[in-house]
Amino acid sequence: MNQNAVMDKDAPYVTEDGRQIGGVMMDLRNITLRFGGVEAIKAISFDIREGEIRAIIGPNGAGKSSMLNVISGFYKPQEGEVYFRGQKRPPMKPFQVARQGVARTFQNIALFEGMSVLDNIMTGRMGHIKSNMLAQAIWAGKAQREENENREAVERIIDFLEIQAIRKTPVGRLPYGLKKRVELARALAAEPDLLLLDEPMAGMNVEEKEDMSRFILDVNDEFGTTIALIEHDMGVVMDLSDRVVVMDYGRKIGDGTPDEVRNNQEVIDAYLGVAHD
Amino acid sequence: MSADFLYGIEVIINGLMAGVLYALVALGFVLIYKASGIFNYAQGVMALFSALTLAGIMSGQVPFAHLINAIFGTDIHYFGWNVPVLAAIILTLIVMVIFAWGVQRFVFRHLVGQEPIILFMATIGLAYFLEGVGDLMWGSDIKTLAVGLPQGGSLWVEEATAGLGGDDFFGFFIDKLDMVATVVAIILVAGLIAFSQYTKQGRAMRAVADDHQAALSVGISLNFIWILVWSLAGLVALVAGIMWGAKSGVQFSLSLIALKALPVLMLGGFTSIPGAIVGGLIIGVGEKLFEYLIGAPYLGGATENWFAYVLALLFLVFRPQGLFGERIIERV
Repeated sequence: MNQNAVMDKDAPYVTEDGRQIGGVMMDLRNITLRFGGVEAIKAISFDIREGEIRAIIGPNGAGKSSMLNVISGFYKPQEGEVYFRGQKRPPMKPFQVARQGVARTFQNIALFEGMSVLDNIMTGRMGHIKSNMLAQAIWAGKAQREENENREAVERIIDFLEIQAIRKTPVGRLPYGLKKRVELARALAAEPDLLLLDEPMAGMNVEEKEDMSRFILDVNDEFGTTIALIEHDMGVVMDLSDRVVVMDYGRKIGDGTPDEVRNNQEVIDAYLGVAHD
Repeated sequence: MSADFLYGIEVIINGLMAGVLYALVALGFVLIYKASGIFNYAQGVMALFSALTLAGIMSGQVPFAHLINAIFGTDIHYFGWNVPVLAAIILTLIVMVIFAWGVQRFVFRHLVGQEPIILFMATIGLAYFLEGVGDLMWGSDIKTLAVGLPQGGSLWVEEATAGLGGDDFFGFFIDKLDMVATVVAIILVAGLIAFSQYTKQGRAMRAVADDHQAALSVGISLNFIWILVWSLAGLVALVAGIMWGAKSGVQFSLSLIALKALPVLMLGGFTSIPGAIVGGLIIGVGEKLFEYLIGAPYLGGATENWFAYVLALLFLVFRPQGLFGERIIERV
């Protein structure tokens, strides 16, 4: 039943665990990305729907991270269009994409190492500060109220991700797993509509992976945030995601629910067969 | 208290105040270096240019007068009015912001991701370009900068402290201009710190200084921050230009104060604002005290010209990252 709903492109539906999946939020059409003579992405189209968890999988070098970089504006595709909320998106700088409500994390963690955890997460609130520079510097009226509101929002996220104990610690001193979590916290602080996670669990042990999976599901569930993620751990991907795009050598070789993808012969040949024999 | 001891203290106080001026110049370097990794050789010329512009605007000089006269055969030099100090300072700041925008738009926007040495070379070019523009715009004659800052020693301090020592002590000699410079520098630094700690733009500036990619991902425009940083460096240059210009007149050798900032940066580190201040103070006190205790009595004097560089060399050997600079750790 649900399968049919997915096939019907724009109709909202309800997942088995009762989450609302809405219409198409981001639509990528015929994206082609070249670096010199190398085609990293070859005419790929897929969409991301409101409220879903969308996974992008594929072997190393398949072009997954490039895809995420196209969505977040770090790479400019030579061909193809990006539609966001039904509007064609003009070529944009990454910071403009971020201001549209698209937050992201990076494969190789990009945090402000010299700042505390709290300050790092506060930078995520950048788009929510409206009062003028002078008022902020002298801590006057509206600016103070705004700062307090932002601080509260950040504290909620800190509680949510269970990182109260390290609030004041400079990020440079944190172990890898916690850095990943702080990076997620910073992305969440922006209250994004679309959250892009580039290998959120890479290099983690089983326990950390379980924590991170739980956080991703909770974020999606409690805030209704749409999530697109890249992940290598097949078990995790199959458990987490509503729909999966499979890439190989820059092409799309599969797109559908985890079950559909799992049974797709081309996908098995290219990726799962090798990984799970 | 013995007169010698008190004179020693006077030397230290004067050293601290000279150090404040060094720190002011060094601060401009640190701001830009932190946010963009560019060692801005043009910082000294920016101080010169801003001082020239301020002096030119105040005396109602026509900018590019020589050029205009040569092309149109006219003979104009002055508008015939005097601009009040405050208005002239604001106009000069506007010029410095336009300069900041131009630097970003026409030079460094095209050099993003280049090697540090290439960025450094670009700033050398920028320095000579700006010196040329300053010459063309305002002429090459020495200007006095009468912004109403007090000059000479403070009689009040001298009289108030004369009673401290014996008969051969006549009180501390402290230059009024140095006192004003110190107060202004303290206000400037406090303002910069408040700005960088408590404002969104300041936070964004620190974010860009730390990680470009991460800054982009939270919605910070690198371009905007770099223009902001160059504007702030322009503000610092203007303050330094006013202080040094009031001291010794606005002349083209003013741009050489950048050389004085180098040892300060080696001491304080290129990435630390407190470092620039403490480094400036150490250099200021160090060279005055060395001259007073060792230089003048034993070495024939004039050690102030080289002492700072020797001190910096020693630092380079034993603590290359400076007092407060980020530790250089190579991960294997």
